[in-house]
Amino acid sequence: MSTGNMNLTLKVWRQKNNNTKGALVDYKLAGISPDMSFLEMFDVLNEDLITKGEEPVVFDHDCREGICGMCSMFINGRPHGPKDLVTTCQLHMRSFKDGDTIVVEPWRAAAFPVVKDLTVDRSAFDRVIAAGGFISVNTGNAQDANSLPIPKMQADAAFEAAACIGCGACVATCKNASAMLFVSAKISQLALLPQGQPERYRRVQSMVAQMDAEGFGNCTNTGACEAECPKGISLENIARMNRDFASAKFVSEETI
Amino acid sequence: MSGFGNALSSSIGRKYVMGVTGIFLILFLIVHAGINSLIFLDDNGLTFNVGAHFMATNWIIRAGEYVLFLGLLVHIYQAINLTIQNKKARPQTYAVYNGSANSKWYSRSMGLLGTLLLIFLVIHLKDFWVVSRFTGIPTVDANGHEDLYAVMREKFHDPVRVAAYVLLMISLCYHLLHGFASAFQTMGWNHSKYNGIIKGASVWYSIIISILFALMPIAVYTGLIN
Repeated sequence: MSTGNMNLTLKVWRQKNNNTKGALVDYKLAGISPDMSFLEMFDVLNEDLITKGEEPVVFDHDCREGICGMCSMFINGRPHGPKDLVTTCQLHMRSFKDGDTIVVEPWRAAAFPVVKDLTVDRSAFDRVIAAGGFISVNTGNAQDANSLPIPKMQADAAFEAAACIGCGACVATCKNASAMLFVSAKISQLALLPQGQPERYRRVQSMVAQMDAEGFGNCTNTGACEAECPKGISLENIARMNRDFASAKFVSEETI
Repeated sequence: MSGFGNALSSSIGRKYVMGVTGIFLILFLIVHAGINSLIFLDDNGLTFNVGAHFMATNWIIRAGEYVLFLGLLVHIYQAINLTIQNKKARPQTYAVYNGSANSKWYSRSMGLLGTLLLIFLVIHLKDFWVVSRFTGIPTVDANGHEDLYAVMREKFHDPVRVAAYVLLMISLCYHLLHGFASAFQTMGWNHSKYNGIIKGASVWYSIIISILFALMPIAVYTGLIN
């Protein structure tokens, strides 16, 4: 346990809805335990605001253990705050110093419109998945698991890609608001496994087309997404998506 | 939806266009730096003028020049196009954005570095290309070849021009440092067995090419070569 409670100044983005202009609002917080998570600190702020009869800050959260991908705060210029490989709910106040000023903004991208305050609409991701991020399986008896041998390396790479929780930190941090890390992870997790092969080249074309239609930016290979991803999704996935896309468009005879 | 046009106008297709034209320009710089390095033979530019004469008269090179300009224009056009799209993808910017925490400054500044290079290119083409192709090189050397080396010596007599050339080669170095490796990633050539080689080649290529080019005005101005 850490000792000594902290006094903090928060600058939080408040925005009524997508049709109104938002602004950063200052809040002073006293007696924050260093062992609180960042979201618990926001709970304290909100209880404070409710007691005062003010509107609490709206923010996304669900599991609070780093696996659901709901929390989404842009903290001091970085998604999920200053620590690597953690989501905002896994970030503790001991990562900050007593007296710090912390700026908290929502994910900013045309494809992620602000719903209210720190909550953005990430359904663009859902539509990208719906465009092709699945495998079509006929019903019937489940096959024996060992009937489709998969090399360990391949299985591991697919699993690493599947670790993506779809939080959108990659889009939020990319200077171009590009969604290529997310889309490439969702393509790779299937492209690496035998079950994903029949629809492999159709999938990459459909999902990339949907990604473009949603208004995400273009990738310029800065690598910011990989550095900020709470699940450590690798840029190799983007390279794999680029390869698959080229194969689909210039080699495969299947068109969508 | 089908067809190559459709593929090339998608976000990944545009990346491919940037990557392919980028690699093409990278290869061109090797030829350019190689031939220009003939001035370091310090033979009053005689060998260099032979090289320049060949480049100016050989029909394959002359045809290649059109391809080069086309590649350059496509690279610039696509860069502007992508930059506009990327700005649209984030209409509201962050109040605080800590880019240095997760990426190199030059990877985020390719547009700025590229714009500087474009300004340089205009000056550079006016200095040498327009002279050798259109207005004419005034003198001939001892072998009777057009003396492009003399033009170089005259231009690099101006300290402001020399300083500008050297400074802009720094921007070339950083542009290449990101662009070289980035082109490989774009083409999907990301492989654990080759990534080290690509990264190493990227750093060495960028530094060697930029230093070679920067040394040319410096060497002429300081009289390091005659």
